[in-house]
Amino acid sequence: MNPKYKIETKDLDFFYGNKPALKKVNLGCEENCVTAIIGPSGCGKSTLIRTLNRMNDLIVSARAEGRILLDGIDILSPKVDVVELRRDVGMVFQKPNPFPKSIFDNIAYGLRINGLHNRQKISEIVERSLRGAALWDEVKDRLKDNAFTLSGGQQQRLCIARSLAVEPEVILFDEPCSAIDPIATAKIEELIFKLKENYTVVIVTHNMQQAARVSDFTAFLMLGELIEYGRTGKIFTNPANKLTEDYITGRFG
Amino acid sequence: MKRKIIQFLGFLLLRTCLCLVLAVLLLFLYDIIRKGGGVISWEFLSRAPRRGMTEGGIFPAIFGTFLVTMITAVLALPMGMFAAIYLNEYAKQTRLTRLIRLAIRNLSGVPSIVYGLFGVILFVNILSFGTSILSAGLTLGLLTLPWTITASEEALKTVPNSYREGALALGATKWQSIRTNVLPYAVPGMLTGTVLGLARAAGETAPIMFTGAAFYLPILPRSLGDQFMALPYHLYIMATQHHNILKVRPLAYGTALVLIVLVLGMNMTAVIIRYRLRRKRRI
Amino acid sequence: MERQFDEELKNLKAILMRMAALVEESIALAIKGLKACQEQPARRVLEQEDAINLLDIEVDELCLRLLALKQPMAGDLRFITSAMKIGSELERIGDQAVNIAERTLDLLKQPPLKPLIDLPRMAELVQKMVLDVINAFVNRDADLARDVCRRDDEVDQLNDQIFRELLTYMMQDPANIPRAVGLILVGRHLERIADHATNISEDVIYLALGKTIKHHIESRRLAPAS
Repeated sequence: MNPKYKIETKDLDFFYGNKPALKKVNLGCEENCVTAIIGPSGCGKSTLIRTLNRMNDLIVSARAEGRILLDGIDILSPKVDVVELRRDVGMVFQKPNPFPKSIFDNIAYGLRINGLHNRQKISEIVERSLRGAALWDEVKDRLKDNAFTLSGGQQQRLCIARSLAVEPEVILFDEPCSAIDPIATAKIEELIFKLKENYTVVIVTHNMQQAARVSDFTAFLMLGELIEYGRTGKIFTNPANKLTEDYITGRFG
Repeated sequence: MKRKIIQFLGFLLLRTCLCLVLAVLLLFLYDIIRKGGGVISWEFLSRAPRRGMTEGGIFPAIFGTFLVTMITAVLALPMGMFAAIYLNEYAKQTRLTRLIRLAIRNLSGVPSIVYGLFGVILFVNILSFGTSILSAGLTLGLLTLPWTITASEEALKTVPNSYREGALALGATKWQSIRTNVLPYAVPGMLTGTVLGLARAAGETAPIMFTGAAFYLPILPRSLGDQFMALPYHLYIMATQHHNILKVRPLAYGTALVLIVLVLGMNMTAVIIRYRLRRKRRI
Repeated sequence: MERQFDEELKNLKAILMRMAALVEESIALAIKGLKACQEQPARRVLEQEDAINLLDIEVDELCLRLLALKQPMAGDLRFITSAMKIGSELERIGDQAVNIAERTLDLLKQPPLKPLIDLPRMAELVQKMVLDVINAFVNRDADLARDVCRRDDEVDQLNDQIFRELLTYMMQDPANIPRAVGLILVGRHLERIADHATNISEDVIYLALGKTIKHHIESRRLAPAS
């Protein structure tokens, strides 16, 4: 295992029933860096990111082969506790999905289901998470309000704060800005920039300019295969693979 | 222009049908209220019957109906809810589960008299509960169960998957995610469905006929093993089997009126529950 | 997939080609005027200068617009940034052609100092360099571009030769000095054109290969940092 990779896949194959969705993918994400996964629709990027926290386990016909190493431990092994894994590897979804509870309860949720009930501690962590998601100043006076009263961009930041509360090491973003307006998107991109100081970030995006703005490393996936992976600067100025160049310049996709 | 005429005619047809339905309903209510309203009095509602049901009240029947409905609820609600939770959240979607679901849907179409006979065989004879509130309640429970399961499953389906996923992604176990993020939002629908099913059960005659209902019991049942009076059965006997049908006709209408009010009341309750629980969750 | 953007890139290329054609013509005219002792070609060069400068501005504005509006990446991005720089170099070549023309007009006021042999030869080399580097750009031909880079040495050598020869003329007779200096300056202008052509070829190599050879950076980067 490469020591600087926080999380990496080794010869990862993924199937839905008999249909292969990922083919021998070897992707490494460096610690405290943002890795972007780009590719045309249906290339498997969502599938890939969802294997990293085993959310694909929810799909009955889904099957993964190969290894995924988080700090050297294979998370696909049956000995790994999936519930624990999902605390270490958090996920923010495409469409903001706040729970229909108050803002405070949304963030406290992760803490409460893990057995923390001390009100003082919960309050502290809620504040810390909201600050970490750059949302504290906007909601500190209305923590009891229902989460649905927030705007789309705020809801998404709430979901980020919710993930932060359980203190993950890796945060996965599955097209986090597709349902959000451009100004809110810019705020979230700034946030991702800040987050990488303390977390390892993996982001799936179909917006190449976003990948270019936000990431340190970029992986280009097509039809389930990892075509190219490298520093974002190089990928976007001088990609090695012609397919990558064609996709990036909009010749297909 | 032609399209507008067709549209107008279409709407006219729809409105006419609606009016017909309403008219029938109103006629029906009017008839009952007119013929039975005169009988309604405090004495009617709170006293026991006398002199072979030609005088007195129907309180025992009201009490009996309530009691048996409660037993039905105790059986149908939890079993139905948990069966629905299992089917919707845990069971793998194989041919077997599809078959089970099909069977459940079909059960709700089985004639109630068949349930009655089944209840006699199972509860009255095999399990030796005898003809009693317990047997009748359990039989009605079976009747209501498919209804409750279906309504609960629908309620569970309306909870967006994103709630479940969001909870799981934070490290919740499957049961935790269901308990905290799915059930609270499905419960209004589940309750509503169940109450509607109970309203139907309260008005059923056939299932309770052989399993525990009696016509003339001036004293109230003291235990679950006793027989009981029930409004639908009471109405049936008074309208068809009584030795002096004409004399007791007004009483029959009165009973019908009480039964309708009861069922309507339960339906209304279901609607109110759903409305208030929904409001509490949204805002 | 044909992109709307490809049309714009074709347009950009066409403008640069027009500019290159004008610049090549200017160089040819300037040398012709000098060789054949004619004023008319030299004056034509001065007239063309404006057109070249306007095209330079057009290239700059188009490139800026494409960068802002289309967010080009990879090959497209390198093409546009190279186009901007090449346009700038072409404009400077144009300036040098104008300088030669002015020098010519000056020299024609007096009888020619000597029959011109080396200068026309140098001019031919330089013209070929410019022609080739533009072709290299059109075809993204890195090898041709490298070849143009190498020829710069030859041009420099010729320039030294011309200088030394004219030096002897100046030492023979001080009256020769003004004309000799004029010819030395023409040589200098030609040498500058060759340098600009070399710069363009470095840009073409970056465009074609995605790596830069400017300032011998390759060998410097390989050397361990001190």
